[in-house]
Formats: sequence, structure tokens, C-alpha cells
Amino acid sequence: MKKILALVLALVMALGLVACGSKDTTGDSSDPGDAADGEKVVRIGVFEPLTGDNGAGGKQEVLGMQYANYVQPTVDINGETYQVELEIVDNRTSAENGPSAAAELINKDVSIVLGSYGSGVSMSGGTVFAEAGVPAIGVTCTNPQVTSDCDVYFRICFLDPFQGTVLANYAYKELGVETAYLLGMLGSDYDQGLIYYFTQAFEALGGTVVAENFPEGNANFVSYINNAKSAGAGVIFCPVSINYAQLIVEAAAAQGFEGAILGSDTLDSNMVVEAAKGTDTELYVTTFYQEGGAPEFDKGIKEWINANPDALTNNGGNDMIAAVTAMGYDAYFTALEAIKAAGSTEPADILAALPNVTYSGISGEIAFDDIGDAKRDAAYIKTANTETGEWDFVTVQGVD
Amino acid sequence: MQGILPYLISGISVGGQYALIAIGYTLVYGILRLINFAHGDVFMVAGLIMVYTTASMPMYISIPLVLIFTVILGFAIERVAYKPLRTAPRMSLMISAIGVSYLIQNLAFYLTGGLPQPVKTSIPWISDTITLFGTSTKRVTVVTPVLTIALVFALVALIKKTKIGMGMRAAAKDFETAQLMGVKINSVISMTFVIGSFLAAVGAMLYFTNYPTVAITSGGMPGLKAFVAAVFGGIGSIPGAVVGAFLIGLCEEIIKGLGQSTFSDAFTFALLIIVLCVKPTGLFGEKVTDKV
Repeated sequence: MKKILALVLALVMALGLVACGSKDTTGDSSDPGDAADGEKVVRIGVFEPLTGDNGAGGKQEVLGMQYANYVQPTVDINGETYQVELEIVDNRTSAENGPSAAAELINKDVSIVLGSYGSGVSMSGGTVFAEAGVPAIGVTCTNPQVTSDCDVYFRICFLDPFQGTVLANYAYKELGVETAYLLGMLGSDYDQGLIYYFTQAFEALGGTVVAENFPEGNANFVSYINNAKSAGAGVIFCPVSINYAQLIVEAAAAQGFEGAILGSDTLDSNMVVEAAKGTDTELYVTTFYQEGGAPEFDKGIKEWINANPDALTNNGGNDMIAAVTAMGYDAYFTALEAIKAAGSTEPADILAALPNVTYSGISGEIAFDDIGDAKRDAAYIKTANTETGEWDFVTVQGVD
Repeated sequence: MQGILPYLISGISVGGQYALIAIGYTLVYGILRLINFAHGDVFMVAGLIMVYTTASMPMYISIPLVLIFTVILGFAIERVAYKPLRTAPRMSLMISAIGVSYLIQNLAFYLTGGLPQPVKTSIPWISDTITLFGTSTKRVTVVTPVLTIALVFALVALIKKTKIGMGMRAAAKDFETAQLMGVKINSVISMTFVIGSFLAAVGAMLYFTNYPTVAITSGGMPGLKAFVAAVFGGIGSIPGAVVGAFLIGLCEEIIKGLGQSTFSDAFTFALLIIVLCVKPTGLFGEKVTDKV
């Protein structure tokens, strides 16, 4: 009896391993057979979180790249057609996993890397890319240090000083709020960076802030909301991961918080708007792209998502287009432009060509400055429509 | 300024949830002298089952299903991972518990794809928003402590009045002697796991009504805090676990209310260290008597 049980247990464990193993292989699209059939291949590394706190956002960003790869699976280099392969590696959200995931991409001989969602993990992976001399294009990592501390990192989105200032301006001038409650996760570069820039801008305008932090893995935000209420805050600014944002929105609604909730680009997710649906929450976010900005792209990707059960699951079960998906799409084409400009699949050549690459994407014009950041001067502000459960466009906000 | 009241309400509610999990730790420890590390993950699985069943079935089917599946899981863990090791050294049992914990987490990881699962259809009535002394909150906040206390009374009655309860008390006093006296030790132990898992399932339904996202690591922190509560109150003692859980829940929320939210977790664990230094057996801990 004992032996049978032990055997069954061993079998279950073995099956578990097999199951996990097979999942990993379906996760990346590398297939040694592809290269062998005579076609020339260029590999683009996708460095994104597929699990952990940022898993939901990372998956949506990857969707944009996969769709772009579906639309444009080849690239012409010096008159020869190359097949483009995406090498997807999961960096598991946290900075300590960044270097090993980055090294895995380097070992797969990628020519250029896209990602990551989340600034902390981009910074930790950046050092590995720099050592290997492989260029990387940040898609939605908004912390300044991603590019300033790393020579091979470029990026196509706006930065936190800009985003923080935009939100502070919006809260003070448009919403007429004088006290803001700031809530971020301890140890998150992204959260703390944005809170810092928001504080700078908001205090310069004459407002006051109350800032608090929660530990990783926290699920109970009731007391934080109560603190915001007793501080007399007219707005809660929480630049946090999607799953914390869901809980904060939920808690604010349950506790009857009367002010608005302000979020950064991470909150622009259909999962957050779902949490706000059916409540009285006022929720504003800054973002990179507003659905409807490029109707052809919207239509195409919706069809693709609906035809693809996996893509539908990764998008949170519906076909709303997240801004990060649009950015992933643009990042892929920017990478193709760079490869074409370099006329080679060598990372060093692409790195040399990247600073002068320009691309007119669905999220706007993309061009790089000296540091490698995109020249962007406007952000979209959206609000959650609590009746329909969709995002409504509010305004395009710049900084004075 | 509403004063301290909202924090107290929230603290009592959190404490009630910890109490339901803590009882599972304390019961198993009382009988097997084993820290069941997989208990927090059983709690998490109950949450996941709730996500999946409530999305596809009406409430009067899905709630019993959550309870039944969780109880089966707890029962199966004991039969597969602990029973074959009954004569093995206690350390092996503990390692087995840690193994089960990781096995469950990884299976859940595979099932959910590593993404936190939002509770889309929450249980009606208890998830309504109500106003209590001028603060608005969910009804579950009020229901939790009441339900917890009611369940604890039922459990104490079960242990004091029924035959299986007598078996449990006997096994807790002296494992071998109880066996010699004809107590069916295996069914007593299974019953312990069944009760522990049942309470964890109830706790999970209350917890994930309030914080409606189930991640594979969701069992970690509540499990750890509940374990702390059980040790704090004196592991092996049911009233101790309940009192400990309420105290820890209250402390945590009051610390947050004082504006020291950064230290709320650190404080919980510092409290544990202090209590154990002063009173090594916990608040209600049994005296260790050396048997000759």
C-alpha cells in the first residue's frame, strides 16, 4: 500500500514536471527545424514578464509583438529575405531574475531585444545586454535610469519625470486637488520613481502630498484607503502593478473613497477597468495609445485575438486593446527598421544604426535623442467608464 | 477624521480570517506535532476553486463544491504525504510538508499560467457595501468575526462532546497510548485534516471576497501570519490560536493606521519574537512536562 502510494506520488510529480516542461517549450517559438530548412533567420528577443505581478501586462505587450510578427513575418536585408523569429523569455517580473533571463536570450543568438514591461527588471537585464553588446528597445519601461545607465538600451515611450509631471498637473489644475495621497510598493523602482517625480511637480505647484508604501504581496488595502480619507486627500495616486491596482480600486470603492484615483501607464489595462466597473470610482490614467487612434490596427488585432484562444486568454478574456499592446507592435516594427538600416543581423551593426532610426508608428512618431529615449511630449489621459467597463478618452496632456 | 474605528473593524475582520487558518495549523500540531506547511496553499487552492466554480455555476452549488474539494484535498494530502511517514522521524514529515506546499504551488502555477486570477462573480450579500458607524465597508468585514466565533464554538463542542473529539483529545495527550486504548488513530488524524481544510475553505471564501484576486502566492502571507498567530497563542491550543489571530490582525491594522504602514509586517514578526522570548510556549501554551 505504502509503495503504491509512493509510486503514485512520484508519478504525479513527474507529470507535473513534464507539464511544466512542455509549457516552457510552447512559450518560445524557437524550433531548431526552422533554421535547418535553408531559410535565413533573424531572431528578435522578447524580454518580458509572463508570470508574477507584472505577468498580465507583460503578456499584453507580447501580444502586440506576436501580432506584428504575424502581419510582417519577414524582413529584407540587402535584398535577401529573412524570416523573423521571436524568442520569448519570461523574466518573471522581479529584478533578480532579470540577468538570467537576459543571458538566456543572449545564448539564443538574438540580434536585438524588445522589452521589458517594468523598469526594474529592464535595468537589471540591461547590464547583461550591455556586456554582450546586444541592443535593446524598451517598450513601456518609463524609468529614466533604464537608458541613462545603459548604452545599449533605447526606448520608444515617454519617461517618468514627464509622466509624473503630467499627472501632477492634471490633479492640481484640472481636478483642483490640493492634497494627494501617494501609494507605492516597497522596493519597486517603477513605483518609487513615479512617486518621486509626482511629488516634485505637485509640491512645486503648491500642493501637499502624503506618501505611504505597502510590502510586496499585500492584499489588504482597506487601512491605506482609510489613511487617505483621514489625510483629506482629494486624489490617490498609485503607480502600481495591475493586480495591486485592482485591489486598490476595489478597496477604494468598498470604503467609499470620494476623490479620484490617478494611475500611471500600468493601470491602463482592461483588468483594472473591470475592477472599477459597476462602482462609483473616478479613475484617471496616463497612457501611450488610445483605442481608435489607428482603426486599421484595431480591427486587425481584434480579429487576430478573437481567432486565437491563447491570445484571448492572455488579453484577459476580451478584445480590448491595451496601450502596451500597441507599443509592442510599434517596437517590433522599429526593430525591423533598425535591422534594415544596419543591413546586417549582427547586434553590433544594429546598435550602430539604431540612434538614427525613425519610424512612424500607430502611437506616434518615434525618434531617439542622445540618451536613447524617444522624443515624446504628449500623453493620453483616459478615464474608466464605470457603466460600460471601457476606457473613455479625456485629453492629450503635455507639460507647460 | 473618523478616528481609529475603521482600523479596528478591519483589524477584527483580518483577525477572523487568520483565525480560521490558524486553527488548521494548531489542530494538526496538537495531534501530529507537525507544522503543516501546505496549509497556506490549501487556502490558496480553495480560493482558486472559488474563482473557477463561481464563474460557471450558481452560488448554491459552487459554495458547497469549494468546501468539498478543499476537504478532499486536505484529506488526500494527509493520506499521500504524511500517513506513509507515520513512523519516520519528524524531520522527514516536515520536509514532506514543504514538498507538498511547493507541489501545490507549482500545479496552481501551471493551471493559472502564473497570472493572478480575479474573482469575477463574488458571493452575493456578503460582498455588498454597507455603512457601519459612519464608515463604509463590505458586509463580509462584519460577517467574518461572527462566523469565526460561531465556528470555533462548534469546533470546541465537537472536541468536547463527540466520540471523535474524545479520540482527538486522547491522541493529542499521548499518541501511542491512545492507539493502545483502541482509538482509531488514522480516522482521528484524517478528521483533523478534514476540519482544518474545511475552516481554511471558509476562510478563503471570506478572504477572497474582500481582496478579490487569487495569485499562486496568495496563500503565503496569510498562511505565515496565521502560523505566527497559532504560535503566538500557544500552538496546540484552539482558543490560543483564535485570540492570537485577532491580536495580530488588530496590531497590523493599527500600525497601518498610525502611519507606519511600511513596518506593519516587520512589527508582526517582531511581536512573535518578543512573545516567544518572554513566554516560550505562547499565550495559552501547554506546559511541557517530561514524561518518564
